[in-house]
Amino acid sequence: MKANRIVLRIVLYLFISFLALLSLLPFFWMVSTSLKAREAIYAIPIQWIPKEPSLEAYRAIFHLTNIDFVRGFINSVFVSVLLTLLPLLSSAMAAFAFAKIEFRGKRVLFSTFLLTMMIPGTITMIPNFITLRLLGLLNTYTALVLPALSSSMGIFLMRQHFIKIQDEYLEAAIMDGASLYRLFFTIVLPLAKPVLFTMGLFNFMGAWNNFLWPLIILTQRKKWTLQLGLANLGSNFYNYQHYQMAGALISIIPIIIVYLISQRYVEQGLSTGGLKA
Amino acid sequence: MYIGASRQKRVALVVFLAPAVFSLILFYLVPIFSSLVLSLLEYDPLKPTSEISFVGLRNFIEYFKYKDMRNQYLHVLYYLVLYIPLVLATSMTEAMLLNRSFTAKAAYKVMLYLPVVSSWVAVALIWRWLLHGEYGIINIMLRAVGIHGPSWLNNKQWAMPAVVLAAVWKDTGYYTLIVLAALKQIDINYYEAARIDGASPFKQFRFITLPLVSPTMFLLLVINVIAGFQVFESIYVMTEGGPAGATRVPVEQIYRNAFTYYKMGYASAIAWVLGAVIIVATIFQFQLEKLWVRYES
Repeated sequence: MKANRIVLRIVLYLFISFLALLSLLPFFWMVSTSLKAREAIYAIPIQWIPKEPSLEAYRAIFHLTNIDFVRGFINSVFVSVLLTLLPLLSSAMAAFAFAKIEFRGKRVLFSTFLLTMMIPGTITMIPNFITLRLLGLLNTYTALVLPALSSSMGIFLMRQHFIKIQDEYLEAAIMDGASLYRLFFTIVLPLAKPVLFTMGLFNFMGAWNNFLWPLIILTQRKKWTLQLGLANLGSNFYNYQHYQMAGALISIIPIIIVYLISQRYVEQGLSTGGLKA
Repeated sequence: MYIGASRQKRVALVVFLAPAVFSLILFYLVPIFSSLVLSLLEYDPLKPTSEISFVGLRNFIEYFKYKDMRNQYLHVLYYLVLYIPLVLATSMTEAMLLNRSFTAKAAYKVMLYLPVVSSWVAVALIWRWLLHGEYGIINIMLRAVGIHGPSWLNNKQWAMPAVVLAAVWKDTGYYTLIVLAALKQIDINYYEAARIDGASPFKQFRFITLPLVSPTMFLLLVINVIAGFQVFESIYVMTEGGPAGATRVPVEQIYRNAFTYYKMGYASAIAWVLGAVIIVATIFQFQLEKLWVRYES
């Protein structure tokens, strides 16, 4: 019986390690390729670890004439911070109204928010492009932020948390003369820190990896985010795989760091709300 | 909840709701209608407004006559048929493994989740390289066991399975954590009772685990069908619809017509056809729900 259990344990480890290996191998190959010189990437037999490590690819991609990776990186950081904080604030505010303020039409409005989750993005994409173009907002980051302000998932999840806050607690503050705004910023938001953090995290990961909408909105190269630059690198340097892998690595590293720091919250978010990363 | 004077409340209410409601109206509600109207127009945003013309159902007729339309839907169905069973099976397997307790579990979870946090663009570039016909590591490994692998993404037959492979690799970790959360909800006593009755591990899986996670699996299925019909990013970066149109899908067609040819009316018509297909598919799944999904009473 005992031997049986040990065998079972070993099988479990072998199996899960195999899956982990499958998951990591592509990343390993990316790192390895990015550190090779051009001849070495096509060397056979393959070099798992580069025989003569080279930073050629990294030097090259930061000096391309038509893709500015440094700028793309800065743009991506800027856009991602905007797309993390502003939708978070707007949905927290709406969620607070839905959770704690009585008003006519509340149910209808809330259901409307939830129903928008079911509208396929492909249908709204074209009218939204036209609207933003008419507003003169093409090639601006505002055009990325505005449609994100009504994050239904965010409103839904935060409302669930705000509802749990005891009414007496808030009423007492109002009796003491606090305005609704102060109530919101000094009592409600601090109480909801974990859910805010989780939502913010998912916002950030979504924003950093966002591709299709920026591709449509940002046509000027100087506005490009990292992902747009990377996609362009992929098509312009089709046979320079070491460049591509160096670019991919640069785009992945920041998000992996963010994930590693906060992975506890990622799992929490997934088990409560099924958030889309 | 009791909240202050009503005037103060009304003002605050507007302030709190304004940003989200503004965005809801302008970017979700209005577009449903304007997209319907657009689908009846010939509209090129680069031409003067005077050249917008009402064409009735011509966009739809043109699309239904378009001979590649059928192929694009076949491609997307092929994608769904390959992707969904695979990704559900792999994430179910991973979740069952992670549902046991063992040392270094947290580290394994992180390793399995890394593909999820990576962007599709990066993943597509990595997989294009892994799948390279001559120097791709997958074919090199296949060659080592005597199989001559195809030039995956340049091969009409293998391009779509290759995209699916990359997608399953990228998405498994995400669904694993969701299934894992569902597995953790299952009352351990069921398994105890089954073991006492002498049920084999397979029977326990078939008659306890599977029925009890079926609501989660149903949800994942519905979400995946909706998302799968709209598959685009992965294909756009991995194959651009090629080779020879073998991985062309409806959203790629919408994107191309709207933002390359600026035929926005026509593109809206295609989008609505796709929207209708998605709605029908979703209703169909809810019809089938009672046949296999078990909700605890």
